Amino acid sequence: MREDVSLLVFARELLLAAPVTIEITLGAAVLAFAMSILFGLARLSRIWLVRALARIYVEFFRGSSALVQLFWLFYVLPHFGILLEPITVGIVGLGLNAGAYGAEIVRGAVIAVDRGQYEAATALNFSRSRTMIRIILPQALVAMMPPFGNLFIELLKGTALVSLITITDITFRAAQLNVFTLQSMEIFSVAINVYLVLALAIIFFMRSMERRLGRGLGRVGGVS
Amino acid sequence: MSDEPIVQFQGVTKSFGDLVVLDSFDLDVAPNEHISVIGPSGSGKSTLLRVLMTIERIDSGTIKVDGDYLWHMEREGRLVPANEAHLRKVRGKVGMVFQQFNLFPHMSALRNVTEAPIHVLGMAKEEATERAVELLNMVGLSDKMESFPAQLSGGQQQRVAIARALAMRPKVMMFDEVTSALDPELVGEVLGVMRTLATEHALTMIIVTHQMGFAREISDRICFIEGGRIVEQGPPDRIFSAPESERTRAFLKAVLEV
Ligand SMILES: Nc1ncnc2c1ncn2[C@@H]1O[C@H](COP(=O)(O)OP(=O)(O)OP(=O)(O)O)[C@@H](O)[C@H]1O
Ligand SMILES: [Mg+2]
Repeated sequence: MREDVSLLVFARELLLAAPVTIEITLGAAVLAFAMSILFGLARLSRIWLVRALARIYVEFFRGSSALVQLFWLFYVLPHFGILLEPITVGIVGLGLNAGAYGAEIVRGAVIAVDRGQYEAATALNFSRSRTMIRIILPQALVAMMPPFGNLFIELLKGTALVSLITITDITFRAAQLNVFTLQSMEIFSVAINVYLVLALAIIFFMRSMERRLGRGLGRVGGVS
Repeated sequence: MSDEPIVQFQGVTKSFGDLVVLDSFDLDVAPNEHISVIGPSGSGKSTLLRVLMTIERIDSGTIKVDGDYLWHMEREGRLVPANEAHLRKVRGKVGMVFQQFNLFPHMSALRNVTEAPIHVLGMAKEEATERAVELLNMVGLSDKMESFPAQLSGGQQQRVAIARALAMRPKVMMFDEVTSALDPELVGEVLGVMRTLATEHALTMIIVTHQMGFAREISDRICFIEGGRIVEQGPPDRIFSAPESERTRAFLKAVLEV
């Protein structure tokens, strides 16, 4: 019988793969956030065509599997002469997918801002864009933070899919180690905990963003 | 020129679905006149103010503010619907204070007052701040400049809202039941500010209120409206002591008995 490799060695190996998971999560989160704001606001546009295009984006990415979307970018795009790095495929694929959900978060948060805020802005003669940027979005952003926290955690977990397009992330490395050592219990328990720590970091970050953005909104010092 | 009304409603109709809220409504308001609009709930008082603030569109008729059409522009001798630029130009002459204050919760009292002068009028920050400090002093809030709305009482918030509207230097100020959301002990401080505005400043005021004593005291004219039309109007003493219309009498009897 082969000597068991210690938990610490697994932990070290999986942590070495963590930067890839983190890079894809961060990259995709930034892309998703930008797409969310862009398409969330486009969903509320006064222009019919803009609303329709945003709707198509949202329904397209929500309506099909993220894994198939990744495979499409990975296997099909090269047929059109577009060859992306696997990491780029991961970031773009997962970012666009999460952005579709995020657009609905943005739309919902903007709609939820009290009508009186728009009316006060009109009474003070703010233009539509100034109203959105200076009055509505700062309030909506606070409300967006908790659902975006959830979305980013989903995103983190979703990065495991990139192990299927040749990227050595935490999941890929865990599967590899499992093949070599067959110590499934230890390996996957450690892997779960590494993901958990990353998820906690996201929760912590989003909470502090919510608090920062909400300063003055009467939520400071309140229950959170 | 001074006889020219500053606000002129002509045959203004506004419906929500089948419900006609303003029914071919006519009203002339003279410069610096103080008008109180009274009437039962649902009679169209708020809608009257909201169409003048361009929060709500009108279906037909015209409104003029200081000689310009509000919802229309003149093109080759014809009236066409106003575009955004025209609306913004005319709307700038009107300001409004709301029942629910509607302060911007993410800004301090001071920034609530400076925000629009800076970002709408393009005023320099120093000048806007100086004016805002003056206005907040006037409404008795010199010690609350840095407070956020959530840290202020209703009466204080409403006084910030009044300062915020005044900072845009409107010619016409509208007040829609601005004390209705306040605890009774806070009503006086807001009415006090409005009284100061009425007596010490050249300002046209259109006030919707249930405070009959206050309306009587500061108004040049009372308009009683019901069903989207003016039923009766005139100087406060006459309206309150000798109303001509049976409906006015019934309304006053009901509210004054409470
Ligand atoms: N956005 C809207 N959509 C549909 N109906 C509306 C809308 N705004 C107002 N109404 C209706 O129009 C009528 C007049 O409303 P308005 O708010 O002008 O009355 P009011 O005289 O201000 O009443 P109150 O004293 O209760 O404030 C009411 O029946 C109201 O329900
Ligand atoms: Mg009303």
